[in-house]
Amino acid sequence: MSATIETIEAMERPPVTMTSRLDGELLEVSMGPQHPSTHGVFRMNVALEGEIVRKLKPVFGYLHRNHEQIGEDTTYLGSMPYTDRLDYFCSMTNNWAYALSVEKLASIEVPERAEYLRVILAELTRLQNHASLLGFLLSDMGAWGTPLMYAFREREKILDLFESLSGSRMMCDYMRFGGCRVDASDEWLSRAKQIVDRFPKFLDEFEELILQNEIVIARTQNVGKLSPELAVSAGITGPMLRACGVNYDIRKVDGYGIYPRFKFRIPLGEHGDTYDRLMMRALEMRESVEILKQALAQIQPGPIVNPKVKVRAFRPPVGEAYGRIEGPKGELGFYLISDGGPNPYRYRVRPPSFINLTVLEDMCLGHVVADVMVILGSVDIVMGEVDR
Amino acid sequence: METLEQIKNRCELAARGAKVEIVANPGPSQQSSLLIDNEHAVPVARFLRDHPALSFDFCSNVTGVDWLDRVAKKTAKVKQVVDGVEKEVDQTTEEKIPGYLEAVYHLYSIKLKHGPLIIRLRTENRADGTRLPSLTPVWRSAELQEREIFDLYGIVFDGHPDLRRILMWDEFKDHPMRKDYVQPDDFEWEPTPHDEVLERAKQHYTSRPQLDGAEKITAPQS
Repeated sequence: MSATIETIEAMERPPVTMTSRLDGELLEVSMGPQHPSTHGVFRMNVALEGEIVRKLKPVFGYLHRNHEQIGEDTTYLGSMPYTDRLDYFCSMTNNWAYALSVEKLASIEVPERAEYLRVILAELTRLQNHASLLGFLLSDMGAWGTPLMYAFREREKILDLFESLSGSRMMCDYMRFGGCRVDASDEWLSRAKQIVDRFPKFLDEFEELILQNEIVIARTQNVGKLSPELAVSAGITGPMLRACGVNYDIRKVDGYGIYPRFKFRIPLGEHGDTYDRLMMRALEMRESVEILKQALAQIQPGPIVNPKVKVRAFRPPVGEAYGRIEGPKGELGFYLISDGGPNPYRYRVRPPSFINLTVLEDMCLGHVVADVMVILGSVDIVMGEVDR
Repeated sequence: METLEQIKNRCELAARGAKVEIVANPGPSQQSSLLIDNEHAVPVARFLRDHPALSFDFCSNVTGVDWLDRVAKKTAKVKQVVDGVEKEVDQTTEEKIPGYLEAVYHLYSIKLKHGPLIIRLRTENRADGTRLPSLTPVWRSAELQEREIFDLYGIVFDGHPDLRRILMWDEFKDHPMRKDYVQPDDFEWEPTPHDEVLERAKQHYTSRPQLDGAEKITAPQS
């Protein structure tokens, strides 16, 4: 390369300043869809001023498969295994929400033992979901590997329980209209009891290691604040809503299943920032352990499925029903319209992680790009449910 | 929570001229809904949210439903003179109900912890009159969900701040959740098409636009 060309180039180049700031101009960056911390194929179009986020538009649909239309084309029971694929971390709670809606639609009673099994499995699901969320979030923050493996060690034990009960670790397809598919043996229940009894030890260790960590606190406190008014208006549910200090837990409000029988507290946050959302998960796991201890002590032998429910040729009467449960990520609801046929006329999933993303932009504005990943991580999304 | 009848009366008093109708739910779930006319939907929604005895501050679920044209058959006993003798004869009258699209909102109250109140908005028809007022200014949670309804059902929400397709790509033409939606057959671009797919693929190859000349490079020499 000759020297003359270099000088010409240098003359034409704009003057270089020491800051990366583009005064008055925004730089648009497309984050995702292939990004390690978007938890799947999720894209955000971010307009940056320097490193500060000035605008953020989420882009959905990379995993869209029109789950709802597939649900309308298949029988009621045929959708049950497919609900596992919505939020593939929490197939048990997805099953429960769907079964609950169909039970409302056709007014089906559920035997007591089945209700206990449902509570036990839903709370175990909550434990493993929250544990792995904390692991993923720390992984997003740069605590690469170790905390995630700590969390996954516990999750693995619970998935082993699921596997020995339902035959599958993640795609459980366990619940049926009016009950559950297979009964839990006494041996299974005592194994579950062991795992639940040991879980607080993991929580103590995890909290000591991570949640009081200086870097974690610096990265999360006062980051991504959400006001309770906006959270309520935007339909935010689950731990994210309670982190803003709004006391709303569907387990208490609706008292579906047999939740009114258990004593448990609802942890509430104060600031609505990322740290509160993180702590909310840790505290909720402790309450889930309490529920599990009570449920495992109270469960009695008995039938696990309502024998009156037709399995083949199941046709609920004409009508509609909306059933919802407190899923680990928020309010998970199913809205069904029956025209008396074997398929639902309308099958709608109310996905908590999709609606929780409504306020993503509001939470990220004014923060640096690196915080976007932490805030998104604290929302707790699974793309199988967001895009459906 | 107050009964639907009471809420209906309150709504009609609060918003002058509002027509609120109770849509009965024949199923056992006991979830009947209120049908609100489109003109007064926003003031009624605002009233439902702000009134202290109702305070439905949380709009949980927003969804669309597609109702096709249908024929409702009604049988009634009619007196007819047959062969000079008056008889009671069953007469079936067919009533054509034109199709419409519906937006369904499930409301709860976080403050008073009651619900659900289900409200419905109906479009005029399924073809050119698919406009509804947006309730996003009242409940922010409708923002993404109304976009989804616009995308999948084709209801245009007036007053929505950012109405774009959300799940399908922007160039997509139809609304895939409608009951009369026909799947296009051109998405099966298999690397080695054969049989049926090859036949279909051939039709599409001819109409495929020239992209940028790049495909000519890899095309086999004839």
